[in-house]
Amino acid sequence: MILEVTPQSAASQITGVLWLIPAAPIVASGVIALLKQPHRKFAATLAIGSLSLSLLLSLIAFGHVFAGWARGAGVREIVDFTWIQFGGARVALGWLLDPLAAVMLVMVCLVGLLIFIYSVGYMAHDENFTRFFCFMSLFAGAMLGVVISNSMLLLFMCWEIVGLTSYLLIGFWYQKPSAAAAAKKAFVTTRVGDIFFLLGIVWLFSQTGTLLLYHRGLGSIEPLALAVLLTQHAGLGLSAAGAIGLLIFAGAVGKSGQLPLHVWLPDAMEGPTPVSALIHAATMVAAGVYLVARVYPLMSIGAAPGGSTAALTVITWVGAATAVFAALIAIAQNDIKRILAYSTISQLGYMMAGLGLGGVAVGMFHLITHAFFKALLFLGAGSVIHGCHDEQDIRRMGGLRVDMPLTFFTYGIGMLALCGFPIFFSGFWSKEGILEAARGWDVSKGPFILLIFGALLTAFYMTRQISYVFYGYWRGHDVAHESPGVMTLPLAILAFFAMALGIIGTPAWPWFHAFLDNHPAKFDLHVFGEFNLLVLMTASSLIVILGIIFGWRVYGNKSPKPETFDAIEASAPWLWTPLHNRFYVDELYGVTVIAFYKWWARVADWIDRHVWGAIVADVAWLFSLWARLNRFLDVGWVDGGFDKTCEEISEGGGLLARTEDGRVQTYLRILAVAVVVLVAILLWSARP
Amino acid sequence: MTGFASPLAGYLLVAALLFAIGLAGALTRRNAILVLIGIELMLNAANLNLIAFWRFGPHPEALTGMMFAIFSIAVAAAEAAVGLGLVISIYRHTSTTELDKINRLKG
Amino acid sequence: MSPIFYILAALTIGGGLAAVLLKHLVHCALAVTVAFAGLALLFLQLDAQFAGFAQILVYIGAVAILIVFAILLTRGSELPKGGVFSPTWLVGLVIAAGVFAVLGWAVIQSVRTVPQQITVPTVTVKDIGNALVGRYVLPLEIVALLLTAATIGAVIVAMHQKEGPR
Repeated sequence: MILEVTPQSAASQITGVLWLIPAAPIVASGVIALLKQPHRKFAATLAIGSLSLSLLLSLIAFGHVFAGWARGAGVREIVDFTWIQFGGARVALGWLLDPLAAVMLVMVCLVGLLIFIYSVGYMAHDENFTRFFCFMSLFAGAMLGVVISNSMLLLFMCWEIVGLTSYLLIGFWYQKPSAAAAAKKAFVTTRVGDIFFLLGIVWLFSQTGTLLLYHRGLGSIEPLALAVLLTQHAGLGLSAAGAIGLLIFAGAVGKSGQLPLHVWLPDAMEGPTPVSALIHAATMVAAGVYLVARVYPLMSIGAAPGGSTAALTVITWVGAATAVFAALIAIAQNDIKRILAYSTISQLGYMMAGLGLGGVAVGMFHLITHAFFKALLFLGAGSVIHGCHDEQDIRRMGGLRVDMPLTFFTYGIGMLALCGFPIFFSGFWSKEGILEAARGWDVSKGPFILLIFGALLTAFYMTRQISYVFYGYWRGHDVAHESPGVMTLPLAILAFFAMALGIIGTPAWPWFHAFLDNHPAKFDLHVFGEFNLLVLMTASSLIVILGIIFGWRVYGNKSPKPETFDAIEASAPWLWTPLHNRFYVDELYGVTVIAFYKWWARVADWIDRHVWGAIVADVAWLFSLWARLNRFLDVGWVDGGFDKTCEEISEGGGLLARTEDGRVQTYLRILAVAVVVLVAILLWSARP
Repeated sequence: MTGFASPLAGYLLVAALLFAIGLAGALTRRNAILVLIGIELMLNAANLNLIAFWRFGPHPEALTGMMFAIFSIAVAAAEAAVGLGLVISIYRHTSTTELDKINRLKG
Repeated sequence: MSPIFYILAALTIGGGLAAVLLKHLVHCALAVTVAFAGLALLFLQLDAQFAGFAQILVYIGAVAILIVFAILLTRGSELPKGGVFSPTWLVGLVIAAGVFAVLGWAVIQSVRTVPQQITVPTVTVKDIGNALVGRYVLPLEIVALLLTAATIGAVIVAMHQKEGPR
């Protein structure tokens, strides 16, 4: 589905100050960076206050866009400014406000704010409280910058800052070697994706002459430019548009943890839980999905009616494969956060597949609902960890529904939303949209099968997790206790949204899709009468319930001790081992990429020490040789010559001095000789 | 050899020989007084030369040679006096009359 | 050349040689006196009576005495160690011989061409006296001055100096 091109209206007041939305948290971050650690209250207030301001402005912007939509006039407002000018060429940056940006802004600000409030409680015992809020604010600002950016360059800059803050926050407890390594891994892995992203940007700029996405018809993803890109061939049967789209998608693969660049996400759980919730569940990883949605026109141009472009096909398959791959691994993990991490990867795969199969609205809807219930799950996991005195192994928990009822209740809601339990949970409706699009995909039914299978797995592993953590009996140390109000309140709010958001995306009233695609939304319950839709809904509901029952059968109240095998491990170790070891992907990278890199580093070091170092040493040796030669010449010839001359002069002087021996007779003799000589000469000359 | 028979040459040769002897003495003897003696001999040889030329010259009545010789004698006497006085003075200071040892002006 | 000449020449030369060659200083002084005498006789033979007598008066009467006095006052009677001749006497001899050679050669070369007067000059003492105060009055005065200065100088130089501040 291609977004209709609406005339770009003049920027309204809210769009004029839209830049405040990312600027406020960034400024807050800067101020907090200058504070000393004891000023915790002030730092937290500043962070939460700035994000509240951003939320307020986002709501106003959303309202503005909504009003425009309600009027039937689509809103896309742009504000551009020139950043650098070299001669005639100028680098323009800018921001835009349209429905896509508006919903994303509200989601990021809301979820972010709730997590900030949660963090006040969660990080209360940490001594680096202010540093935490400094980085979190910076992240929030950068993420919001990605959302509103109209220029690929500005987007990339904010993208990189987001990556930076992710690194800083994953390695927040940098004294832990595992945390430092995980941060490095995250940064390097996403970097691999970013290289392709940058290549895509450069290519786009070179072909369209502008980095702005929308610019009064001249933007790089507006029809004029797209038509040009479509006609250029880029090899492998792709047009330039498709190739650029795939390059940009590569960036999203890194950031959103798709196969094969997913390896950093599970390790990123080394960071504090609020970080995992905000960055690695709700927002940063969603940035990749948002990016694909943003440049969707690039990916979708040239599609035959009813068919798909090469770029979208690739995206769909990658997404579907990731969804199943990660879900399989999640079954065999024992760390509460790691299960959720793999779940996130899996759901991101769903989102990507949704974008490829059904378009922007389908994928974005799942992104929005996922943000809420995944944040809820992570915060709930954080609450569990906090209550179990920093225990993260699910085999050492159990029976928490009694000890931590609020957490259990909200966590249960989140779990059901994630599984896609029918009707009342938002996850059901968003996943439904994806499955419907998959079923209707003419290119292949493969993604559909994969996604259905993935839904089954999702229900299974979430049930496993719930039964380990909340059912059975307590296997940990000390006594578990419920978390304080400052932590459970955000959980409640998020739980509410996890349920309520489903309403805006049901087929009966597809408000979300209408809003994004800019056509009126009609409320029509008769949609449910449609046979195919009913079948699909029933089928997916059955799958979910089946998965839950299956999971309960295997795990239920059993609560195996850590020393005993997991149920699957005991019955089917051939299945368990590869799943538990995450399909050995990390190990594969270790022996290929990393090993190569280490070898290359050794080679470079050898060259540095033995070639360049040798050259330097040789030059130095030559210089010392030269110095020695100089010294030899100086001492031997110059000094020696000089000394010798002085000696000779001295000797000569000595010789001459002998004529002045002070003895009269010597002088007389000389006189006589002189006289003789003179007379002789005289006489000789006077010869006749 | 015709010129050799003339008396003048003879006198001149005697004077030359005396001069050379005086010079030899002045150059080879160690004692300062002997050097002065040698000098006196040299002066006398010169005087002889003068008188010989006066005698055998074209105008003997001009008295030039005679006067020269007389004055030379007078000056020689004065010089001998001063010279010997010097020798005595040096002897007093350095207790020696050996010329080899009187080399304070060396260098 | 009259035989007188040869005898007198031999006397003079002999005296001179003896003066230079003898070891004892006093013998040398006496020998040089003989040489002076020989010279005086030669002057007389050359009809330069005044010069001859002046020679005897001045040289033998004053200079030789002076020499003897000097020998006396400088303990010249003692023989020096290491010989009376300097170690490099040959060099001096050679130089003297060279001088004689040159002079001799000059004499032999030139006397051939010089015309020589044989007539005896008629010069009286009166003539000499007239010349002294006439034509040669200036040299006379100067020589007088010279002699005065020399006398005074010799006395001062040879005077026994009191030990004063140096």
